[in-house]
Amino acid sequence: MLLANHLGVLHSTLGTLAETFREVAARHGDEPDVRHICELLAQRIDRQAEQLKPVVDRYGESGEPEPSLLRDLQDLYALASFTDITWTVVGQAAQGLRDQELMDVVSACEQDTARQLAWLKTRIKQSAPQALIVAGS
Amino acid sequence: MDRWVQSACVLCSNGCGCDIAVKDGRIVGVRGRAEDIVNRGRLGPKGLHGSWQAHGEERLTRPLIRRGGELVETDWDTAMSEIVRRSQQLLAESGPLTHGFYTSGQLFLEEYYTLGVIGKAGLGTPHMDGNTRLCTATAAAALKESFGADGQPACHADIDLCDALFLFGHNMAATQTVMWSRVLDRIEGPDRPRLVVVDPRTTPTAEAADVHLAPLPGTNQALLNGLLRELIKRDRIDHDYVSAHTLGFDELKATVESYTPERVAEICRIAPGDLRRAAEIFGTSQRVLSTVLQGFYQSHQATAAACQVNNLHLLRGQIGRPGSGVLQMNGQPTAQNTREAGANGDLPGFRNWDNPAHVEELAELWNVDPLVIPHWAPPTHAMQIWRYAEQGSIKFLWISATNPVVSLPDLGRIRNILRQEGLFVIVQDAFRTETTELADVVLPAAMWGEKQGTFTNLSRVVHLSDQAVEPPGEARSDLDIFLDYASRMGFRDRDGEPLVKWKDAEGAFDAWRECSRGRPCDYSDLSYEKLRGGSGIPWGGERLYADGVFPTAADHCEDYGHDLLTGATTTPTDYRARRPDGRAFLKAAEHTPPPEVPSDEYPFLGTTGRSVYHFHTRTKTKRAPELQKAAPDPWVEMSASDAETLGLSEGDVVRVESERGGVEVPVRIGRCRDGVVFLPFHYGFQAANELTLTEWDPVSKQPLFKISAVRIRKV
Ligand code: SF4
Repeated sequence: MLLANHLGVLHSTLGTLAETFREVAARHGDEPDVRHICELLAQRIDRQAEQLKPVVDRYGESGEPEPSLLRDLQDLYALASFTDITWTVVGQAAQGLRDQELMDVVSACEQDTARQLAWLKTRIKQSAPQALIVAGS
Repeated sequence: MDRWVQSACVLCSNGCGCDIAVKDGRIVGVRGRAEDIVNRGRLGPKGLHGSWQAHGEERLTRPLIRRGGELVETDWDTAMSEIVRRSQQLLAESGPLTHGFYTSGQLFLEEYYTLGVIGKAGLGTPHMDGNTRLCTATAAAALKESFGADGQPACHADIDLCDALFLFGHNMAATQTVMWSRVLDRIEGPDRPRLVVVDPRTTPTAEAADVHLAPLPGTNQALLNGLLRELIKRDRIDHDYVSAHTLGFDELKATVESYTPERVAEICRIAPGDLRRAAEIFGTSQRVLSTVLQGFYQSHQATAAACQVNNLHLLRGQIGRPGSGVLQMNGQPTAQNTREAGANGDLPGFRNWDNPAHVEELAELWNVDPLVIPHWAPPTHAMQIWRYAEQGSIKFLWISATNPVVSLPDLGRIRNILRQEGLFVIVQDAFRTETTELADVVLPAAMWGEKQGTFTNLSRVVHLSDQAVEPPGEARSDLDIFLDYASRMGFRDRDGEPLVKWKDAEGAFDAWRECSRGRPCDYSDLSYEKLRGGSGIPWGGERLYADGVFPTAADHCEDYGHDLLTGATTTPTDYRARRPDGRAFLKAAEHTPPPEVPSDEYPFLGTTGRSVYHFHTRTKTKRAPELQKAAPDPWVEMSASDAETLGLSEGDVVRVESERGGVEVPVRIGRCRDGVVFLPFHYGFQAANELTLTEWDPVSKQPLFKISAVRIRKV
């Protein structure tokens, strides 16, 4: 069952995420709000990892899953999310500049990015049970 | 002749009411039922000959089991024990996702519902679908996208009342002959309605048309966007209706804006004047009836294009009124029931898999834990089931009443999947077919006339089909086979009682009535008693949506809808935020180029379709002498000028090849538009599906049979 691999990934990702929130908090100590909220969120991620523990104990946790369609789709999702937030960043600049052309491009493309994310999520939700529970068994 | 037994024809989705003649325990003929609202006594050639002549011939009469590589006869107990052993072993090892069910559009409602309960509440697998995915999935998808739930708005009487009739990719004269007779009554009678036909071939249906549009296969969406634009530009719109009863007009208007007649003419290779004339007919008629079928459903952007037909009607406010409406046609006779009862993956009673309250309702009805019912993702569609089997994660595949080794795209692949080690294949059929030959266990099934049950036609009319004769040998009804599996598997509800509580067809029907209560397809008022004598009865009344209220309310709808371009599902939150509250959706989409276009190497577009004399893979119809004689062999059809260019004359044998495979068949010259060739899909030898590609519509997941780039050479 590949669930154990994905639990492993989840577990270590939570660790990295909490750590990174803390690093960012430290690096931007001059922005008190960022520092405070990042620390708060890091603590909450620690709690998520704790909540996950009994389940990890039950299914075990193993290393990185082999490359698969599901992993590729997850990677795409991560990349598309980064594009999504980058459109937001650029869109905010467009507002500040009152650049109508750029605003139009951003709003059309943001919708298209939302479509990519929605499709990826639909397809990932469909594949995951089969891939994690029965494939390769 | 000893007696007449009430039934309805199961050879196409028209579902003509008929009586079966029985003499000495055998079926000896059929007659149409004059009092039936669907056919008023008429029957077509398939109904008259195909429905019963197959009964005696070459039937499977005993179960078969594979021993040492060969299928050998066995008894029911051995066959069923083997099935249950494999099933339980896999459940213990890897759980229910190892199980897949691939069914048909030809069983009865009671059988689908029973199968649905077994799969969803007994095993808990989302992997259930049928060959209905090949024929009606887009009809269901388009109805859900536009109106919030499946269900045909119009009825047969609208043919008598309309003043314009639009057939979109629907060769009615070949597919539903009795329905076509009713159309002929109108177009050859006084007060003729205007007829518009969209079909790349000049079929007899198209010949009868006032306007025949023959777009290149793969361009339907562009054509429909063009028609919609014309309605909007000429202001042929019922603005009150649109503002009171629909959502999405502005987006639709913006999307179709660039589809001028000239641009559409270029994409579709039609005359712009024809497009204008067709739009003029739609826009100036007071009672338009539209039907849509495979020319749209099995083509590129299937759901999107079918939704645009709904949009035409919504813009004109012509839906649910006498003579006005849409029939998103079904192909197979009982396809509607697969969709209603949940044997195609959807939840029974048009319930929404993404709505926890709907799942809870079913859990309560069946008295099971809601967690058992698969609802974490859209149900697995047929092509995906085959993919999981190919990858080895589905290890138990139960095929009932269908012959995928002829009907699915890319047959070489399908045969390889079924031959795979580690896939346990059960095939339940009345005859040996190309598919039974690859099974591990073959179960002999009773046919129509040999069992009791109900089914629902393309205009929601429910017919009871009583048992006329005994099945041959040891054959059993599909219902009895499913019930036997359920009881041997020991499926229980939360109180330890048997999960499936019925023992016969009427018991299953009564359970289904409860399941459908309060849902858009509400059968609770119907009973076997009411269905006996007289005409079939539609659920939901004669027409749906006469009041302009659609089942789109978030708590009620069957589906939250999809992005037409990618098939991404709309989230419950986004859906609620639009507050549809009974308004229909005007869903829009741009035209995108089809996945396969003619190239230098494969310069023609190959499309597939039906012959009037056969049904599906001919399992029944090839055994009826009149039908077999009329169309014994496959062929390829092309235009006179293409034939001339290739130096071919009528009857020359050619090889038609796509990237995937080829067939050798004689040429018929005539009805195609230039650049397009046609092959009938019924035949298991020189099968048209050797050519087709494994590609499907993103929303309905219906395979794209209608477009394969091919080349042709003389042999
Ligand atoms: S039209 Fe269809 S249902 Fe009616 S008799 Fe012909 S095949 Fe049967």
